[in-house]
Amino acid sequence: MTTALTYPPRTLGPEQEAMRAEVRAFLQKEYAAGGFGRGQEAMARYDLEFSRRWGQAGFIGITWPKQYGGRGLTFLDRYVVTEEALAAGAPVGAHWVADRQSGPLLLKYGTEEQRQRFLPRIVAGEAFFCIGMSEPDSGSDLASVRMSATRTDGGWLLNGTKLWTSLAHICHYMIALVRTSPVNPDNRHEGMSQMIVDLKAPGVEVRPVYNLSGEHHFNQEVFTDYFVPDENVVGEIGAGWEQVMSELAYERSGPERILSTFQTLVELVRQVGDDPSEVEARAIGRLTAHLMTLRGMSVSVAGMLADGKMPVTEAALVKDVGTNYCKEVPEVARLICPPEDGAGSNSRYEKMLRTATLIAPSLTIQGGTREILRGMIARGLGLR
Amino acid sequence: MNDMRTLILDTAERIFRDLCDQALVDKAEKGEWPAGLWQTLEDSGLTQASVPEERGGAGGTIGDGLYFLKTSGRYAAPLPLAETLIAGVLLAEAGADVPAGPLTIAPVRAGEVIEFRDGTLSGTASRVPFAHAAAAIVVATSAGLAIVDPKAVRIERDKSMAGEPRDTVIFDGASATIVGKVPAGRVWQLGALVRSVQMAGALEGILAMSVQYVQDRKQFGRTLSKFQAVQQSLAAMAGQVAAASSAADTAIEATEAGDPGVSIAVAKARVGEAAGIAAELAHQAHGAIGFTHEYALHQFTRRLWAWRDEFGGEPYWQAEIGRQVAKAGADNLWKFASRT
Repeated sequence: MTTALTYPPRTLGPEQEAMRAEVRAFLQKEYAAGGFGRGQEAMARYDLEFSRRWGQAGFIGITWPKQYGGRGLTFLDRYVVTEEALAAGAPVGAHWVADRQSGPLLLKYGTEEQRQRFLPRIVAGEAFFCIGMSEPDSGSDLASVRMSATRTDGGWLLNGTKLWTSLAHICHYMIALVRTSPVNPDNRHEGMSQMIVDLKAPGVEVRPVYNLSGEHHFNQEVFTDYFVPDENVVGEIGAGWEQVMSELAYERSGPERILSTFQTLVELVRQVGDDPSEVEARAIGRLTAHLMTLRGMSVSVAGMLADGKMPVTEAALVKDVGTNYCKEVPEVARLICPPEDGAGSNSRYEKMLRTATLIAPSLTIQGGTREILRGMIARGLGLR
Repeated sequence: MNDMRTLILDTAERIFRDLCDQALVDKAEKGEWPAGLWQTLEDSGLTQASVPEERGGAGGTIGDGLYFLKTSGRYAAPLPLAETLIAGVLLAEAGADVPAGPLTIAPVRAGEVIEFRDGTLSGTASRVPFAHAAAAIVVATSAGLAIVDPKAVRIERDKSMAGEPRDTVIFDGASATIVGKVPAGRVWQLGALVRSVQMAGALEGILAMSVQYVQDRKQFGRTLSKFQAVQQSLAAMAGQVAAASSAADTAIEATEAGDPGVSIAVAKARVGEAAGIAAELAHQAHGAIGFTHEYALHQFTRRLWAWRDEFGGEPYWQAEIGRQVAKAGADNLWKFASRT
């Protein structure tokens, strides 16, 4: 009999609560000093100076070995740091990808020289990375990437286009997934490789792609005979697919998947006040029950990662349930506490509600669409 | 998981697998007491797993008893196992010995009060689970906890939509002795906890049944599991089941640690919501056969539909959480949600 995916409750220990106190103290001090404004989908919001201060305070790369500037702590400690930053609505976008997946990728597959070259600068909040996976004709079907890398003296020449790259315009580096040999129709996962791209070097043009609310978050990068030296190849030539898959395990179940619209819930609670009607109490109680359950599941997955497991399906399920929850928050809020209804259109509640409504469509698309995730879950159930 | 718990759950799994099949559940719903199943569970010490040995139990923790209930939910076990657990816990907490046999508790509905005066009870409790089949009814009276012999009270039989006995018990004139204290709201809280846990088990059961069914059933020349629409639907169901199971386990662990806080409210609200959604998806996956009495799915889904409304449905517990959130205030929402 197939059994359901399980998420054993994981209690955070005194070390994690000490870390939480450290992060909260830092964030409170920053906020009080005007160091950041609270917002939603914090990983899309950036402030280069905030990221530097965040790194200098020791909150980037905390699971990495001390020799590279990390703190040698566990995934559970990292969980606490990130959830506190997101719950506070801090602008963590600039360093987000480097901290979450580029650094761990280099630790797992990179050369010693690459680790020494990049990790200390990431930790210091001075080197920002973006994800070079999607292309104009390659979204969910990642194996269809076409960007070519052809062998040249001492390295590779890249030609092609990457798309939907979050914050490429402020990042220093991209880790690009490229084809180092032509497609093998019998195994499309062969022949891919990962390379570190210096976005400030010649041969790459970063163009903005404005999102539906007119904001510059995504980019398109066009590569023309762009030279990547051999020392910037990550891992093995041809092993790109396997490396990318391991990278995605870190991407999927974090607190960002359950807290993207948290500030809307906070402001809804403020709007409702301390003596809610029955209907209001039910609505905020329901959303809180969902949030607390999701957090338990998300912490459980962090615990599995801390134990050295690879909970790929478990993580996909948290992302699926979590992102659907995030989308539901503004939809419930507007019915309980209708906007344009006397609170004043410049109220903080209405601002958060508008932002949440506008970012909602992206939540079940980025980092694996709902359909892709549910396909992964179905595979985990033994259905495919 | 420790050795004791592994032993309890392995034993329970084996007994339910061997004895608690569709036919047994069917007979129980028609009114036949499953004496063999009960006796086997009781002889194995599972029916009072959470009661200390000196009070007549197996000496396990409350968590042992609750995880056992989760397993019983996966088999739709048609016995007052949850009620026996609550009765045992209440009696042990009150410092009283726990009688052998199936037990139940009363009152179980909001607003019902059983008065105790001068050694005599008065009042009516409705929807009491398995009252006529119980060896004793543990009653949370106005003056404390009392143990009442079902033969000493008038019982009008009724059933839930799951075919489980839900009887009206008229206590008027029955004599009783108070054996100890029971905190206000304790029965209700434990009731919400056990129903959450039973539902989480039943949800795991219907997910497994659905996964199996779509792998067996062929249409258009292939198994249903090969259709993406079916895969997506079962994946959505798996999300609900996983969330329910996680919420129930969290409430179990928090109760075991002696600080349930809001976790029981969260569990009942979240699991109850998952129950409706997952039951709907399970029936959809099964098609017409799942709507027949011949096929066992209804034994689980009718329990889910009945259990989700007992001891406070989602609206009750959502509002409870919501009022606590509102009282804590917007700026403490994160501390509340992260329990920090």
